[in-house]
Amino acid sequence: MASPTMVENAAGRPVPAEINGEAAAPFEGVGRHRPKKRKAAPSVAVCADYPSDGNKVVAHMKEALERAGLRDGMTISTHHHFRNGDLVANAVFDAAAALGVKDLRWFPSASFPCHAPIIDHLESGVVHHIEGSMNGPLGDYCTRGKMRGMGVLRSHGGRYQAVQDGEVHIDIAVIAAPTADPFGNANGVSGPSACGLLGFALADSEYAHKVIVATDNLIAFPCIPWQIQGNHVDHVVVMDRVGDPSKIVSGTTRITKSPDRLLIAELTARFVRDSGIMKEGFSFQAGAGGTSLAFAIYLAEMMRAAGVKARFVRGGSNKYLVDMLDEGLTDYILDGQTFDLDGVESMRHNPRHQNTSPFTSYNYHGKGNFASMVDAVVLGATEVDVNFNANVVTHSDGRLLHGIGGWQNCLFSKCTILPIPSFRDRIPVIVDEVTTLCGPGELIDVVVTERGIAINPRRADLIDAVKGSGLPLRPIEEIRDEVFVLCGGPPAPPERGDRVVAAIKWVDGTVIDCVRQVGK
Amino acid sequence: MPQKAVAGRSGEGVRSDCRVIFESAETGGITIALTSKVASMYGRLTEELASRVLESLGVVHASLTIDDSGALPFVIAARIECAVRRSGVAVSGTHLPPAGPGYGAATEKTRMRRSRLYLPGNEPKFFVNAAFHEPDAVILDLEDSVAPQEKDAARVVVRNALRALDFGRAERMVRINQLPVGLDDLDWIVPCNVHVVLIPKCESADQVKAVDERIAEIRQREAIENPVYLMPIMESALGAIRAFDVASATENVIALAVGLEDYTADIGTQRTLEGRESFWARSQVVNAARAAGVQPIDTVFSDVGDMDGLRASVLEAKALGFDGKGCIHPRQIAVIHEAFAPADAEVERAKKIVLAFEEAEAAGLGVVSLGTKMIDPPVVKRALRTVELAEKTGKLSGGWREDNR
Repeated sequence: MASPTMVENAAGRPVPAEINGEAAAPFEGVGRHRPKKRKAAPSVAVCADYPSDGNKVVAHMKEALERAGLRDGMTISTHHHFRNGDLVANAVFDAAAALGVKDLRWFPSASFPCHAPIIDHLESGVVHHIEGSMNGPLGDYCTRGKMRGMGVLRSHGGRYQAVQDGEVHIDIAVIAAPTADPFGNANGVSGPSACGLLGFALADSEYAHKVIVATDNLIAFPCIPWQIQGNHVDHVVVMDRVGDPSKIVSGTTRITKSPDRLLIAELTARFVRDSGIMKEGFSFQAGAGGTSLAFAIYLAEMMRAAGVKARFVRGGSNKYLVDMLDEGLTDYILDGQTFDLDGVESMRHNPRHQNTSPFTSYNYHGKGNFASMVDAVVLGATEVDVNFNANVVTHSDGRLLHGIGGWQNCLFSKCTILPIPSFRDRIPVIVDEVTTLCGPGELIDVVVTERGIAINPRRADLIDAVKGSGLPLRPIEEIRDEVFVLCGGPPAPPERGDRVVAAIKWVDGTVIDCVRQVGK
Repeated sequence: MPQKAVAGRSGEGVRSDCRVIFESAETGGITIALTSKVASMYGRLTEELASRVLESLGVVHASLTIDDSGALPFVIAARIECAVRRSGVAVSGTHLPPAGPGYGAATEKTRMRRSRLYLPGNEPKFFVNAAFHEPDAVILDLEDSVAPQEKDAARVVVRNALRALDFGRAERMVRINQLPVGLDDLDWIVPCNVHVVLIPKCESADQVKAVDERIAEIRQREAIENPVYLMPIMESALGAIRAFDVASATENVIALAVGLEDYTADIGTQRTLEGRESFWARSQVVNAARAAGVQPIDTVFSDVGDMDGLRASVLEAKALGFDGKGCIHPRQIAVIHEAFAPADAEVERAKKIVLAFEEAEAAGLGVVSLGTKMIDPPVVKRALRTVELAEKTGKLSGGWREDNR
């Protein structure tokens, strides 16, 4: 991979002006980028070309890919509603390898450790590079500079935007469906592999040239509800299993037992209460991650004590949010993905548990989206700097660690709160400058650590709101300094190569930062 | 003959600690082999620290292998020092970490001691953020929570923690080992701003005096101005019988605690949730402590998952006359403080009595009355204590008198 020309973006970060041979716009500032063009669209389909009996079932994945015209250099998308239990992406690329196809671009909505076998396809040349959040073994592979192309990380909303912009044209989308009919109508709420919803696949179903639905529960037409409409679908494939829904409860979706994290979660809930955000009819979103889950439990307790009810809660749904809905502590759950089987069950039965998509929740090219309407959002981060800029994708040593998910999109909430430990082992979390910029400080309002709460000085209103509350408010620099003393000094900056291995996109498609090679 | 020893931990599941292998040599100076999960950030600083520790100990030729899973400097220094000492090489000094923020502040004899959080002495990762859970005291434990073969390691870790860490407003307590071993523990901790020494399984005034005398020696030798107070723990039938002697053994005793696990074993029974078997001992400790003018402190509640049980246990302790409770998990602290706080009705009544008492005093009257009822002096005393507690716990603001007149 040749080194691209670098330009400095509006955040002062040097970023590649070109990504995998195509021009890329540098970040211009929040809300500045306004493309003047028409949306992309797939080619016109003719229903006469499809079976009039509605039966689009083909024998197997290989045949579906062949019929969809798979060839070298195409873009193939898959989705992560099974999180670490997905079985479809590996099956797709195994089939592609069997067909002798090379240089594919994989465009997943996220990848998980279960996708480690894709490394073999990267090594053998079947897959050229990945555009999507990479963590675990794939993140490591990319960070070490082993991928031929440059990785591109986008938020859930940014992925929708990239598809709408025509920045990414999906040749073939393969959608894992817990239930589908032969016409291609599909949903995630029923069937033995029910995982919730298929919102991440919505853009792909509408914009991809060819759409394949893979299911392990084929039922007679009609499949209701049809979260994915068969009218977008070219072929239906039946597999033994499309995913293991028990693995949607992976890693970051278990409640924390750490006393420090519980303290942070409790302080966060107290902040939401004492700042006056917690009032009748308010709304909040708590992400995946043990601390966020604990926050929701503390907040529910405080809502109960105060007799306050939310109008809606944004999920990532899980047992705790479902309990709040069932108890009447919120009127609705607007759910982007289910994080456990209680969430799946609730979505199936409770009409107040509404499935949403990156289009409704996060999309930059919509006429508004839900994210900015949420009163408070609670998110994780690997690092925050003293200007409240945050990193969610790399470790402090520069290695890719997490995906962006909906994180960037959620920053547009009326109050963005990051509950984070001030250090992990000997790794300071509050630093002078984040290793990788994912979220600009102007959108991050409050940082809650076990050592105290730092409010962004830009939010004088919040500082006023919690005056006299007894919350441990501290300047962010003071927390940083305290941890530096504990750790024996500020950390040495990561030793990174010059080579850019991945670009970090902002929600509007511009490049906010990039990841350099670390190690070999 | 090279002398070799190992200290600390590494491997799967170990965080914020390190394993150190020390091997002495005749020549060749110091060689350090470091593998660390934070090598890119702190590798150089860690190697510099290792050299400084060896230099302080007077080691000139040796090899040191450090396998680090993100230990803080005070832990790394403690593991190195422990390995060196274990190897048996001659040591000509010691390595004290730089004093952390807040180091050197003294405690107050009569401060609140509602909650004391036990921290296992060889588990430094639990120390670092303990203060943020706001216990009235932290106890760095050298006794039962430390395995016999790690006692030497815990001493160094606890000493370094006392130097380096900020325990905030929490009182700094150390539970030493049972005497006579516990007396040697004092050499490690007394010079490092310890506030209160807990004497486990205490059975006589002589034991308390022995500890007090050893502390006095060390304080004189090291020119330590801050007092070091004592909290003996009654954990046997004999200890309970002699509770008053123990509580009044020296004027440095500030509290008397009861430990029920060992006590119930000693009297030949088992600990039950309702605790009838220990009622006498607990009451004895309360009475002995009050008679000696020190604080009676109850045992720990060991089921960390049972917050309702904990609350009931604290309310019972409070009803028996105790001023504090031990805890082994930070989430227990808030429950303990809440349960020790006086109830609203209790505070309301106490406020009226205190106001009536102050009015009577100002008018030079010997008798306090509320309405038509005369208030006895002990009731006034209790009301004063309730109001004080309410003020300290924020249940009453300093200006409550103005609002109530």
